[in-house]
Amino acid sequence: MAEGVGAVSGVGRRSALVGYLRVVGAIVSKDIAAELRSRELLGSMLIFSLLVILIFNFALELDLRTRQTVTAGVLWVTFAFAGTLGLNRSMAIEKDRGCLDGLLLAPVDRSALYFGKVFSNLLFMLIVEAIILPLYSLLYNVNLLHPGLIGVVLLGSIGYVVIGTLLSAMAIQARTRDILLPILLFPVVLPVLVAAVKATTGILEGLPFEEYQAWLSLLIAYDGIFLGVAIVLFDYVVEE
Amino acid sequence: MIEVRNLVKAFGVMPVLRGLNFRVAEGEFVAVVGPNGAGKTTLLRILASLTRPTMGEVTLAGYRLPAQAEAARKIVGVVSHQPMLYGDLTADQNLRFFGRIYGVVDLGDRIAEVLSIVGLRARRNDLVRKYSRGMQQRLAIGRGILHRPELLLFDEPHTGLDPDAADMLDNLLEKVTREGRTVVMTSHDLTRTAKLASRVDILSGGKIARSLKRGELKPGELSKLYYEVTRG
Repeated sequence: MAEGVGAVSGVGRRSALVGYLRVVGAIVSKDIAAELRSRELLGSMLIFSLLVILIFNFALELDLRTRQTVTAGVLWVTFAFAGTLGLNRSMAIEKDRGCLDGLLLAPVDRSALYFGKVFSNLLFMLIVEAIILPLYSLLYNVNLLHPGLIGVVLLGSIGYVVIGTLLSAMAIQARTRDILLPILLFPVVLPVLVAAVKATTGILEGLPFEEYQAWLSLLIAYDGIFLGVAIVLFDYVVEE
Repeated sequence: MIEVRNLVKAFGVMPVLRGLNFRVAEGEFVAVVGPNGAGKTTLLRILASLTRPTMGEVTLAGYRLPAQAEAARKIVGVVSHQPMLYGDLTADQNLRFFGRIYGVVDLGDRIAEVLSIVGLRARRNDLVRKYSRGMQQRLAIGRGILHRPELLLFDEPHTGLDPDAADMLDNLLEKVTREGRTVVMTSHDLTRTAKLASRVDILSGGKIARSLKRGELKPGELSKLYYEVTRG
């Protein structure tokens, strides 16, 4: 009897998980399909990022050595600003025509909606970074093709998107959402950006792993903390 | 199907619903009418688990809200003022997305059926942002019924519909009621409401001020009662 009950609850859990993953997948594929049609989100992020690195390139007029020291800062400033544009646009699509309510009616734990948006926001951010990094290499004559750097970019982007998606869901309720998101996001995400800049600098300057390991650990810790906080708070943030 | 006891909802210090009691039996079609700001949309949003009540008990098909909202949402279909549709997706893509969210089986066939019901089969591959307001509302109705919900919540669904689409909606409402589904609809259209609903509740002062069954109403009587109640 107990075995039977266990089997039934096991099947129930499996079917709940399948439903959960189906919702996450549906949101990601819906966002990709909408973006393939409009190209608004990636287009604005890419143009903005290109302009930022071009402006820095002409404004700073640096020698090779100095270029290497400022690269991490310029890169993360570019990613952070472009990321804010993407997060705002991504949530504005949900607010438009009341779509967010349509999502909130889904018969699934609301963290599935959060993860769906996190994965699509992360995908768009990584696409922009994958285009910007080689362009930056060309413009600044700095070699950025380093596996360690790709890992740091991934960890930094995860931390940024994980907390950014939560705060964009909060900011979208306000009339001043375009200005509200960076005001809310940048102070909170500062530890992630500092850790990402420090770890990136360490890798680009060829320092021994031990010298920037603490920054990587901090990055991983913040990713985990932000994720936990966001899962707990998302339901309260989106519901009236 | 629906049991609401002493429901209070306040936005800040402003109470909208003040100890509202509301009961709907399975298969019943209840229309809630009331002036602007009476709390009709708030009541529907609480039933749809989109808004948390400040106080009181809300039960849907035995599920208590908000604690068991996830399970309750499976049986609820909502059509609101806003279409809840993505402008950069086609009608077909929108329904496919919401069908996946609800885990609708035989989704392709169901989408075709729903598009036929709402009269948009020929425009299924058009982008929703190119639809007129009325067409978007038709598709929103399709989205609301896609997963064959037992309880349908309609918030002023006739808004923006042309006469043909309004007739289509009336027929659909009659059909779903015949099928034994429960409907709660808010409206400002008293004539249409009296014709369609099996019961009309007048919401005023944050409570159900009058509740009238279809047989109790003489032609034109609803308007008279409505103005008596809402104008105090």
